[in-house]
Amino acid sequence: MSVQADPIGLTEVEPAKKTGKKGKRSLGILRNRKALIGLIMLAFFLVLALIGPWLAPHDPNAVTQDSLQPPSADHWLGTTNTGQDIFSQLLVGTRGVMLVGLLAGILATMISVIVGVTAGFLGGIGDELLSLLANVFLIIPALPLIIIVAALVPSAGGVTIALIIALTGWAWGSRVLRAQTLSLRKRDFVEAARANGEPMWRIIFFEIMPNLTAIIASGFIGTAIFAILSEVTLAFIGVTSISEWNWGTILFWAQSSQALVLGAWWWFVPAGLCIAAVGTSLTLINFGIDEFVNPRLRNTAASASLLRKKGIRARIGFTPVYRGGGSQHPETTRDDDRPDADTGTTPRGGARRRDAAQADDATVPGRPAASGLPTNSRTTTDTEEVTA
Amino acid sequence: MTITTPQRTQAEPLLEIRNLSVDYGYDDDAVRALSNVNLTLHRGEILGLAGESGCGKSTLAYAATRLLPPPGVITGGEVLFTSSRSRESGDLLRMSDKQLRAQRWRDTAIVFQGSMNALNPVYKVGKQLIDGIAAHEKMSRSAMRERAAELLTMVGISADRLDSYPHQLSGGMRQRVMIAMALALEPELVIMDEPTTALDVVMQRQIVEQIIELKDKLGFSVIFITHDVSLLIELADRIAIMYAGEIVEDAGSREVYHEPRHPYTAGLLHSFPPLRGPKRELGGIPGSPPDLLSLPSGCRFRTRCPYAVDACAQLVPELGGTVFGDEEPHRSVACHLHDDAVDTPAVPAELAVRPEGRTLLGVDPR
Repeated sequence: MSVQADPIGLTEVEPAKKTGKKGKRSLGILRNRKALIGLIMLAFFLVLALIGPWLAPHDPNAVTQDSLQPPSADHWLGTTNTGQDIFSQLLVGTRGVMLVGLLAGILATMISVIVGVTAGFLGGIGDELLSLLANVFLIIPALPLIIIVAALVPSAGGVTIALIIALTGWAWGSRVLRAQTLSLRKRDFVEAARANGEPMWRIIFFEIMPNLTAIIASGFIGTAIFAILSEVTLAFIGVTSISEWNWGTILFWAQSSQALVLGAWWWFVPAGLCIAAVGTSLTLINFGIDEFVNPRLRNTAASASLLRKKGIRARIGFTPVYRGGGSQHPETTRDDDRPDADTGTTPRGGARRRDAAQADDATVPGRPAASGLPTNSRTTTDTEEVTA
Repeated sequence: MTITTPQRTQAEPLLEIRNLSVDYGYDDDAVRALSNVNLTLHRGEILGLAGESGCGKSTLAYAATRLLPPPGVITGGEVLFTSSRSRESGDLLRMSDKQLRAQRWRDTAIVFQGSMNALNPVYKVGKQLIDGIAAHEKMSRSAMRERAAELLTMVGISADRLDSYPHQLSGGMRQRVMIAMALALEPELVIMDEPTTALDVVMQRQIVEQIIELKDKLGFSVIFITHDVSLLIELADRIAIMYAGEIVEDAGSREVYHEPRHPYTAGLLHSFPPLRGPKRELGGIPGSPPDLLSLPSGCRFRTRCPYAVDACAQLVPELGGTVFGDEEPHRSVACHLHDDAVDTPAVPAELAVRPEGRTLLGVDPR
């Protein structure tokens, strides 16, 4: 077999293309704009949670004479009726909110994955027992329980709250995961893994779990949002310790000091906005994860902006026709520098063939049979006029 | 229900695919899965599409019916459907969703590869047959049920199977149900995407015979996609051989079998033993199909071609006449060996086999 040494075709195109592709792929989830915005927002709040207390210009508890000051150079977000700096309270309070949200989210997700996937995978009596457990926890009302526990444990801080939220919030996710695992368990690739002799833990963690990523991620995000809102709510109604700062505590003091009546908008608006911003960032990340972990969605999602620009509507069942092509097509622009149609003999084939509009078929001389007719007409010459 | 038997005018085209190009992906990295494919299906003809996996057989069929899922996008060409019933005809690529939806199944039906996946497991087959009819025709429920029973009988399943669920039928029966479903509206074109691949040879034979019988009775045309060349040679009237998104040879099925003109066709034929005639050496084709993202220059097959010469790296072969020119007017091949304009050695004997009793100077090969 004679393999032609080819200086143009393989060697030139391949490396350029491959690196381009890898470069893009390594960005992974960051290619998705929604996820990117969400991650930046979340990272901002996480950094604040870490270094907020040191950034705070004032002691959040320090009572001063400047009561109810609107935002100024000294107090960026104004002061409370006792002259406390609201900006400092916000910065110090970020840690509590993020800690509870992430801790509760992680704990609840872990419990739901362990219980849900195991139940779905085991089946039989194990499934029955674990499902029963999930059902029991499903009907425990979270908020009243937290109020009772917080009232019983006087020192109930962020971690206690997070534990309670995790303990009451995992059951829903576990039911969803169990259902999905049940349908995955019987798939051929799991059977194949079993036939391979893979141990059960490997099948669960390396064969089944990757298929559940989207559900696990959305479960985590949902629980984290729920946990943050619960904690803020508890602080707002004054159930938890009011001396421990979080955004809910700010709202509690604002409400009890009648900030709304006094027109002190700077007291409650920033905290409310922060809660909304964290919720938004988590939701955006959730969208991004959805599109990213599903390899089928990934391509379409990643090129969504490109599709909009070209005006292509990618739908199942109605393949889009994009005729922006011609010279605009990327394939052809890349090859445009090569002489093609005018010379007749093509120095490099791919080019001529790829942009080939029907028109330049006639420019190839020398094919006796092809003389000027579209190539397929040979078989249909006799009826060409009928259909035209 | 009356069954119309159209005249078998061989030369009348039903589906004309012209310069069809398809990309997978939307950006600069898009893979060009089909490059300017030209293909004509005549009325009453069984056209086989053959080639290795990934050469674009299914892509061609699904692009022509606009059923290609994302990220597939048609980047150019025409697909002309000429209906004899003078309903909506024209370029499928320019039809609105509504026209397309109306055209589907009524004019162009598809038999999918996996009957188990194409039939909904929670509905009885009768209901699924009726649903297909109800989407297009205004008929009474009982008339539709009658029609469904008729269809099942037509494909050799007793009518009382209407009340069976898909899992209660064997693989072969399910495939027959799929064929019955495809024929429900008496379409003019039936696309069969590897309909017998999952079946054993006995069942395969029965299904193929059934298809031919039904085709002769009802007069539809078939595009039959398979990688089983030996099956096609028996079944099809004409075979188009595809390679790396292009059609490399288009000829009658007997001609393809006895007188291949393209090295790739010859290679495919050497990949399975002949049932009759002298034994051939089982050579197969070395290597694997090229990566569509980094195609070799010139001829796409040249890296695997035993006859490749320098010119093959320079020029892209066009689908054109064979070296025998006007003696073989009904077949075309895309190979420089057959192109007088390109400086290549004489066509090797393997690719220049002539039918017995005919010489190079013979008059009409037909």
